[in-house]
Amino acid sequence: MKTVIKKGRVVDPGQGREQILDVLIVDGIVARIAEAIDEADAEIIDARGMVVAPGLIDIHVHLRDPGQEYKEDIVSGTRAAAAGGFTAVACMPNTAPVNDTLAVTEYIRNRALHEGLVRVYPIGAITKGLRGETLTEMGELAAGGCVAFSDDGRWIADGDLMRRALEYVKPFGVPLMTHAEDTTVSAGGVMNEGFVATDLGLKGIPWVAEDAAVFRDVMLAALTGTRLHVCHISTRGSVDILRNAKKAGIGVTGEVTPHHFTLTEEAVRGYDTNAKMSPPLRTEEDLEAIRQGLADGTIDVIATDHAPHHRDEKNVEFNLALNGIVGLETALSLTLALVGKGILTLPQALAKLTSAPARVLSLPGGSLREGSAADIVIFDPQRKWTVDPQLFQSKSRNTPFAGRQLEGVVCRTLVGGRTVFRRL
Amino acid sequence: MSFSHKHILGTRHLSPQDITLILDTAESFKEINARAIKKVPTLRGKTVVNLFYEASTRTRTSFEIAEKRLSADAVNIAASSSSVVKGETLEDTAKNIEAMRPDIIVIRHFASGAADYLAKRLDCSIINAGDGAHEHPSQALLDLFTMRQHKGRIAGLTVTIVGDITHSRVARSNLFALHSMGAEVRLAGPGTMIPPGIEKFGCKVFTAMDEALAGADVVMMLRIQLERQGRSLLPSLREYARFYGLNRDKLKLAREDVLVMHPGPMNRGVEIASDVADGERNVILEQVENGVAVRMALLYLVSGPAPENP
Repeated sequence: MKTVIKKGRVVDPGQGREQILDVLIVDGIVARIAEAIDEADAEIIDARGMVVAPGLIDIHVHLRDPGQEYKEDIVSGTRAAAAGGFTAVACMPNTAPVNDTLAVTEYIRNRALHEGLVRVYPIGAITKGLRGETLTEMGELAAGGCVAFSDDGRWIADGDLMRRALEYVKPFGVPLMTHAEDTTVSAGGVMNEGFVATDLGLKGIPWVAEDAAVFRDVMLAALTGTRLHVCHISTRGSVDILRNAKKAGIGVTGEVTPHHFTLTEEAVRGYDTNAKMSPPLRTEEDLEAIRQGLADGTIDVIATDHAPHHRDEKNVEFNLALNGIVGLETALSLTLALVGKGILTLPQALAKLTSAPARVLSLPGGSLREGSAADIVIFDPQRKWTVDPQLFQSKSRNTPFAGRQLEGVVCRTLVGGRTVFRRL
Repeated sequence: MSFSHKHILGTRHLSPQDITLILDTAESFKEINARAIKKVPTLRGKTVVNLFYEASTRTRTSFEIAEKRLSADAVNIAASSSSVVKGETLEDTAKNIEAMRPDIIVIRHFASGAADYLAKRLDCSIINAGDGAHEHPSQALLDLFTMRQHKGRIAGLTVTIVGDITHSRVARSNLFALHSMGAEVRLAGPGTMIPPGIEKFGCKVFTAMDEALAGADVVMMLRIQLERQGRSLLPSLREYARFYGLNRDKLKLAREDVLVMHPGPMNRGVEIASDVADGERNVILEQVENGVAVRMALLYLVSGPAPENP
């Protein structure tokens, strides 16, 4: 079985390659990348005018499976991923039951293997039941396929426990991912604290809820020497803490979501529950700092925090609405908008969706090397489209980007050489 | 002049012309409340539902009386917040009510944005009778009405509002309306009760009550609560009374002809000493009286062109 992707602009930031080339895939493996490959018996994919890149990797998604399949499941979630150009996702453990035992990890891996469209890497819980009390069997979970650990959505408030978690996980070679939020500071807030919250009469969450938590966790990473990944950075202060930590040689990495580099708290006006997320949308100054952090490499990764919720969970009073939005099917276009604005080059932007996330979680893929699995996305970087949530592959529609015109359309996604998504 | 708003969700988006029209209309209704037969046929055949998710005596009664004096059919629904949590969504409740074809829904709700939520989903007019810590427009408008009645104007007045500004929809609605009408608004309270960024609305913020009171034409005291969502914002009511309570001595800092206002219910001895609450400068019961006329005006104006004049 041979396929040749013809005359696409191959952009592979992991290898510093950006050139019009042909890609030959044989039996699901990248066999050769060169100019003008002619194979008589190969299927031809015409990629003229398209970008051919390593399949995107999202290290922060919620597939809601097991337990909340009415929001999303491994099939619909990986279909959404494929539609967004992703060939691999890492899923957070806040399922029901929580992914804190090998049985749940194996369930996720098995269902993904048999029914998923893209590769799925489970993230295990740091503490049993995400309760912040007792460590999970991280050794067994890592051996069973968990690529990282996180109590996502719940910061481990007990500093000593977080320290033990970092110390304990270190020999297993996987990082911890922290949702850094001191909830004694955020204290029930529902949006960013400031003028807009005051205007709307909503309780605010000040930046210090994030900065203080990021700082403690980064310092614990320094103390223990364990790799720490800071999830969904939303404040200017977090960017500064991360930048300084990296300068000091501390083993930390960071991610930002497309919504946190695109939207501000102004999106909440009108009490739009699709603009309610944790961490909250912040200010123009934070946005600026985050974009700067992306450009100078402080922020390594763009990850979606894809958080599907049912309509009924968003169609309520703002205070009562659940946090989060879906992101897999809009992430690439929103990232390309940064290229359009001149904040990142195309290879830089794609690095944050391919080679960098692969490096952070030590995942295969993220680069197009001869001999590696043919996980590839082909997209038209110029083509415009309008976000219509009704057309999402995800089961959920909770996006603040409905009706927004974006550029960049995924035309085809291949996992192991097999086309898992195709749009003409 | 015509009134272009279908809903009254807040004072934030009312123009000075809108506010003047509301106050002028209320003026014309006020006389009805002094008649022997306190009823006009203005809203005959209209149905108004008072949907209250929070306990309220003053506001609900005031709306109900206003509705009845305009000959509307008034229906009261007291939905407790607990029934919401375990059962029907606000949208479902509202749609069920709407299916019975009311013309206006007056809503009081614990969540900021609840009135806005209904306005986006229903066809009938919505009047916000208080949503969370957001707005309470009819209260602010009756406050302005009372100020104008005594001072002859709003523009140029110095109005000091003291209390828990962060959690006060009354403070917000007054701030927006007063600012739009050209008054100088001063807000005062302990640091835990001043919301971030409020000064961007063009008001002055004080933590020292003496400074806030100096030369004020109107002093509005807000009801104080020791706790909000189980978190204390104050060490004690006693300490609050000492630093932010209004008594005769402090009131001397204001203008001699100052008006003392309070949206009620009062905590005597906490935010307001009894000698002030019962003193000659207070217009607190006039506020309540004017509330009926102002709410009649709001009900009338959102009902669109009337078949007859009031």
